[in-house]
Amino acid sequence: MAKLLTTEQMAEFANSGCLFFDELIDEQTNKEFLDDIGHTEIDEVDSVQDYYRNIKATSSIPRIPAGTKLKDAYPKGSPLEKIFAHEVVDGAIKSLVGSNTIIDHQFLHITFPTKYFKQANQRQMSQQNHQDSTIDPRSTFDVQLFYFPTQVTKAMGGTRYHPGTHLRIVNEFGIAKYQNILGQKSIVCKPGTIGIFHSGLWHGAGVNFSENIRYMFKVRLQPTEKQELLWDPEKKYQPLPNRALYWTDESKDKTINDILMRSYPWQEADTNRLDKINVVKFWRLLTGHKKMDVDYWLTRIENELY
Amino acid sequence: MAKRQKVLVLYLKLPSLEGEVISWATFDGTGKKLHMTGDSDEPPYPTGLDALLDGWRLFQASQAIPEHPGQEFRTSYLKHEFFFEKLEEGDF
Repeated sequence: MAKLLTTEQMAEFANSGCLFFDELIDEQTNKEFLDDIGHTEIDEVDSVQDYYRNIKATSSIPRIPAGTKLKDAYPKGSPLEKIFAHEVVDGAIKSLVGSNTIIDHQFLHITFPTKYFKQANQRQMSQQNHQDSTIDPRSTFDVQLFYFPTQVTKAMGGTRYHPGTHLRIVNEFGIAKYQNILGQKSIVCKPGTIGIFHSGLWHGAGVNFSENIRYMFKVRLQPTEKQELLWDPEKKYQPLPNRALYWTDESKDKTINDILMRSYPWQEADTNRLDKINVVKFWRLLTGHKKMDVDYWLTRIENELY
Repeated sequence: MAKRQKVLVLYLKLPSLEGEVISWATFDGTGKKLHMTGDSDEPPYPTGLDALLDGWRLFQASQAIPEHPGQEFRTSYLKHEFFFEKLEEGDF
């Protein structure tokens, strides 16, 4: 039975563009995945190309034509089939991109440690910040699901990401010149962790200074239906009434609106307000409440009398 | 003695050099240090003005471009970009 996301989790996703489920996949499935891809120590790896060639030749990860239904994509009993059947993964996917989601692409990202670059006499660099995969002005959004079969330590780098950037429309590596962005985070996690990114979230692969190979299996999923209240089929969500602005009442409990209106340290003073407006517009689409507002950001400028 | 350029790019919270640094990049033409994406979580200076006070010379700043009609709420790249340089002499 799929465990759908809560309204709080959806608000978190609408505001930050990402969700994480720590140590969700069990140890046995993680081991099966690593055995399936032929995980080995870095000393055994002669070249990146040969390592990928071997995984493609021997693992159960199939070639999946773009547009294939997720439910038909993975062999029965394979580690990936088990991961997508997990009630939390299944519920998160259904909540965000619906029950008939299709696969855009998948990839096993492998980040090699320093030792490999020294042996190969290559410069070891992190991947620059980017947004997948082209400029994308749609209101519809895709998600990218990440699975980490091993522990990822700080030394291993992890996937770098920038919470709250998902609604900024840029063109792929057009953001590569931002080497560092205030509030940047890296996915440092336990084995079996699942992360889900909005397809617009800015990110990049961190450099791996550890002794071990880092793996991240990624699948990009597209919806085939309107992404409205998919997590709330009984349509229980109702927008909250207006609250006082600036001269505020701090005695009030925190609400969904506080999650939606969270700011990030990288936002400019002026554009931060537009970022909030875009989160409200996104929440309108997700909830189907076309006139809802938070903190009067849209009501104020929609009061056009001429 | 040869001269080499070091470039510091700061993105600020405001279109004024008094604005706090929200993003930064360094490119070192002397070859002494290799900077890369994600290599520091703390900005090199609190504001653009602090970079000037430390001897960096400003050579380019982003313009204020009015939003296109109909696109006023579209957000995109970081807005307030400032390029600085330092020239260093040495045997490179």
